[in-house]
Amino acid sequence: MSDAIVNLTEATFDEVVAGSSEPVVVDFWAEWCGPCKMIAPILDEIAVEKAGDAVIAKLNVDENPSIAQRYGVMSIPTMLVFRDGEVDKRVVGAKGKAQLLEELGV
Amino acid sequence: MPTIHDVVIIGSGPAGLTAAIYTARASLSPLVLEGEPSSTGDQPGGQLMLTTEVENFPGFPEGIMGPELMMNFRAQAERFGAEMHTVRASKVDFSERPFKIWVGDPDAPEPTHLAESVIVSTGAKALMLDVPNETRLIGHGVSTCATCDGFFFRDQHIGMVGGGDSAMEEAMFLTKFASKVTVIHRRDELRASQIMQDRAMANPKIEFRWNAVVTEVLGDQSVTGVALEDTVTGEASTMDLTGLFIAIGHRPNTDLFVGQLDLHDNGYLAVEGRTSRTSVPGVFACGDVQDDVYRQAITAAGSGCAAALDAERWLEAQE
Repeated sequence: MSDAIVNLTEATFDEVVAGSSEPVVVDFWAEWCGPCKMIAPILDEIAVEKAGDAVIAKLNVDENPSIAQRYGVMSIPTMLVFRDGEVDKRVVGAKGKAQLLEELGV
Repeated sequence: MPTIHDVVIIGSGPAGLTAAIYTARASLSPLVLEGEPSSTGDQPGGQLMLTTEVENFPGFPEGIMGPELMMNFRAQAERFGAEMHTVRASKVDFSERPFKIWVGDPDAPEPTHLAESVIVSTGAKALMLDVPNETRLIGHGVSTCATCDGFFFRDQHIGMVGGGDSAMEEAMFLTKFASKVTVIHRRDELRASQIMQDRAMANPKIEFRWNAVVTEVLGDQSVTGVALEDTVTGEASTMDLTGLFIAIGHRPNTDLFVGQLDLHDNGYLAVEGRTSRTSVPGVFACGDVQDDVYRQAITAAGSGCAAALDAERWLEAQE
């Protein structure tokens, strides 16, 4: 995982997501999810390219189930885009980089 | 113009990667356009990337996880010099040689790659039910990937649509989480292999709803149930569910080749007899994109080997 990606937990989630002036993309993932692993290197690249414009973060649903439940995540990978602490966009499923960037809108 | 590759392989499941191993070992420096991430079965590594334990691939007496098996295939191809590009081909032109392949903008004047020969191994992707609310509720209770999403349905009643091996395997996997899994099948008998049927029938958490098709997914914010129609009596009913998993089969990924290669009426690529030769000399097909009969990882791998050997011999004959 690239250093540019923020690893969120139940303890840090609210602070990071609500406290950011840039949009925050949270990738809900787990170790046992094949498509999640496929998009991991793409999110690493996006984190580096978008540094300063957007925060790219990951949340492990296995270790932090309450956050996934709060946002009704029932499929992974799901990526939520937060602006000012509110969910602005929801992208479900693995995709290629170009399509992912377009759907995330960051 | 771009340089001309000896072999470009489109697709990277068991067929494509076996073709890559063989052509790489034959010093043909294959370029593999392995596809892009997706959650429906047309991703790099193919359909096995969405499965758990593979028990019937020879050489692994204790079984192996699908994604791990495919990472092994890939590493083996790379070891012999296959070049992997994690992109999807967007257009092909097989009307003259060298063959032209585009990645990205299909309207670009120049193709991205030129190839003396092409091996098509684009596989198949999961079919959806094509009923109201299904697409809208993907990620909200509708899923095509049991291994990804089963976790979210702990102690819930979920539905599994389908009657083949994949449906049985996924239903059994889902019982690790769900309180009950109801298999909804349009006939009164399963298409699945006997061993999978026996296991599913013996599982106390699995129930069967025979002779039923889903006509609508119900739910506003998330899935609350399905509308069913009995295929014998025509009677309509509903079933309460919080999750709906779909494994009703696959469709070959041949959109790229319509008008370029001969297809069978059912959409699969046509090949000549027991070979991998398509209707265009120099273009070969292997794996699920041309196999509507066996559709196994091991038969795909075998056909990938055949395609590599066919391509190698064809290239030799051209010189």
